[in-house]
Amino acid sequence: MSQSEAGMSGMKSTRIDALFARLRQENRPALVTYFMGGDPDYETSLSVMKALPEAGSDIIELGMPFSDPMADGAAIQAAGLRSLKGGQTLAKTLKMAEEFRRGNDTTPIVMMGYYNPIYIYGVDRFLADARAAGIDGFIVVDLPPEMDEELCIPALKAGLSFIRLATPTTDDKRLPKVLENTSGFVYYVSMTGITGSALADTTKVSEAVNRIKRHTDLPVCVGFGVKTAAQAKAIGASADGVVVGTAIVNAVANVLGSDGKTTADPAEAVATLVRGLAQGVREARLAPAE
Amino acid sequence: MNKPIEPNSFRTGPDEQGMFGIFGGRFVAETLMPLILDLEKHWNEAKTDPAFQAELQALSTHYAGRPSKLYFAENLTRHLGGAKIYFKREDLNHTGSHKINNCLGQILLAKRMGKTRIIAETGAGQHGVASATVSARFNFPCVVYMGATDVERQKPNVFRMKLLGAEVNAVNSGHGTLKDAMNEALRDWVTNVENTYYLIGTAAGPHPYPELVREFQSVIGKEAREQIVEQEGRLPDVIIAAVGGGSNAIGIFHPFLDDKNVEIIGVEAGGRGLDGIEHCASMNAGRPGVLHGNRTYLLQNDDGQILDGHSISAGLDYPGVGPEHSWLRDTGRVKYVPILDDEALEAFKLTTKLEGIIPALESAHAIAQAVKTAPTMGKDQIMIVNLSGRGDKDVHTVAKMMDMEI
Ligand SMILES: Cc1ncc(COP(=O)(O)O)c(C=O)c1O
Repeated sequence: MSQSEAGMSGMKSTRIDALFARLRQENRPALVTYFMGGDPDYETSLSVMKALPEAGSDIIELGMPFSDPMADGAAIQAAGLRSLKGGQTLAKTLKMAEEFRRGNDTTPIVMMGYYNPIYIYGVDRFLADARAAGIDGFIVVDLPPEMDEELCIPALKAGLSFIRLATPTTDDKRLPKVLENTSGFVYYVSMTGITGSALADTTKVSEAVNRIKRHTDLPVCVGFGVKTAAQAKAIGASADGVVVGTAIVNAVANVLGSDGKTTADPAEAVATLVRGLAQGVREARLAPAE
Repeated sequence: MNKPIEPNSFRTGPDEQGMFGIFGGRFVAETLMPLILDLEKHWNEAKTDPAFQAELQALSTHYAGRPSKLYFAENLTRHLGGAKIYFKREDLNHTGSHKINNCLGQILLAKRMGKTRIIAETGAGQHGVASATVSARFNFPCVVYMGATDVERQKPNVFRMKLLGAEVNAVNSGHGTLKDAMNEALRDWVTNVENTYYLIGTAAGPHPYPELVREFQSVIGKEAREQIVEQEGRLPDVIIAAVGGGSNAIGIFHPFLDDKNVEIIGVEAGGRGLDGIEHCASMNAGRPGVLHGNRTYLLQNDDGQILDGHSISAGLDYPGVGPEHSWLRDTGRVKYVPILDDEALEAFKLTTKLEGIIPALESAHAIAQAVKTAPTMGKDQIMIVNLSGRGDKDVHTVAKMMDMEI
């Protein structure tokens, strides 16, 4: 029995499960796109979110801004600060998901960020509101399995997925603990480092993906360092999904002038990038692996 | 907030999960988790290893200059006209503050773990200097993260670190203070987790740091206890220490926590007053939240975004506090009070003139509380103030506050 079944017993199939079932048939990896909710303001950001699935994104990671993002590089730090300066709050990020859901009931939305804003919002209230907004799961960077009582267990009880990060330092001995309460998919962090760093050796990444797959039936998505269609294609050969974040956040930043006003349409800038990445994941399994 | 039930002893924490009541824990990225568990394992072995303790003891004595003196501040006592005031002279330690106690302990742990590179965060630069010092002594490369604002206001210490061979990286995010330095140090650690030891400078961060830093700093309180009994024949009535992250304070408090008759006061940076956001009094004006690996009192807004805070003293300019202090606050065992920038500055000048001791601005916060409390006490009563460091590093800041050029 997979962990997702354990966590979701009695639940109907989730959007995440349905997506991966479909992609297995298509024999291609998922394109998972991260963007920062509220960057540079609510309306612009919502337009970016809406553009993502149309351009070929399969799963949306909705970034929750935090003042002190200790696992993020300069690009996502700056995006978070722009968003907070633009008045974003956790309540607004939830509202953004809700507005998006009115026009799209299939693309999974995973909220990603840090624990403190959720803790202050109140875990029970947050889970109830997230469910109502059509959220599918969470990735919370600073909640390792040792802290599962905080949010992971309550989230699973509420029928929402808790997607855990596995990293190069998560060895075989520790993997079962990391996977125990994971559901939806596993997020493999391709390197020891922060977001926005250079991509790790792809051979090593695929070895790691295979290692994790020996421990779980859940899909394994790989993130940190993937910026181009070629990289998405290379990583997607072995991974069930490819996560792109910094490149998308940069696409927004690149069309902001020094005064913070947009110089071109951020949604279109992001869509152009995502179309290329979507092409990449669609080619990942066409050529025989080198 | 419900007051937790009073425990039989205040000295048994943390529990196995690293919790002091609801505070503490291990809120870190998965990348760091295996390392933190490894650190815990090595720490548990080291704390009961006589060889480790002997090496630390020898270094404390011959390198750091321990025990530090317990000095009767006769002139200040007479001036205030109340309780007898003693200074625990951590300013006399090698490198000029209590920070060396922790650094010696942790560098031995780093060695034991086979790490080859040291990183540290610093606010006032005292921890940076102490880290650079032990790194030089034990031949480790050392990288210190320091907020850009602090680099500016603690110039002498920046130069000392560089002389000692450390690389000092100025951090520009946020207000460029201790919180930002800690974020950047954590980013370095996540990136270089295989070979790097993160030498945290205060009794905060993920478990086991709050415990191990406390243990390395508890030498202050253990000595003070013996010294006051030797000099006065009894325990003190009041103990006062300044609280930044809380390492000097927990160091002097911990051995006295179960002595019910000893009143314990921690002093937070009140900055320009608690009404606005220009202070660092997390336990007086903040609420519990999660940052830098632990749950503790934090200055934050209603959305859980951390505020920058302000203090004249770089070492107290941090929006959080070590988790054990949060617990001691909620249980009521320790009282935490704010002292304003101006009050600290007055205490700085007073101590310099009356005692011929230039205290660190951090320590001056503790002295400022003594200035308030001592006159309310009887002449036969006894107070110990932790003089956590010397003020040489602060002369630029003080000159600026006094509109003077140096
Ligand atoms: C002399 C001195 N005292 C106190 C502090 C505050 O730190 P802590 O609360 O950890 O003792 C510092 C920090 O830099 C310091 O340099």
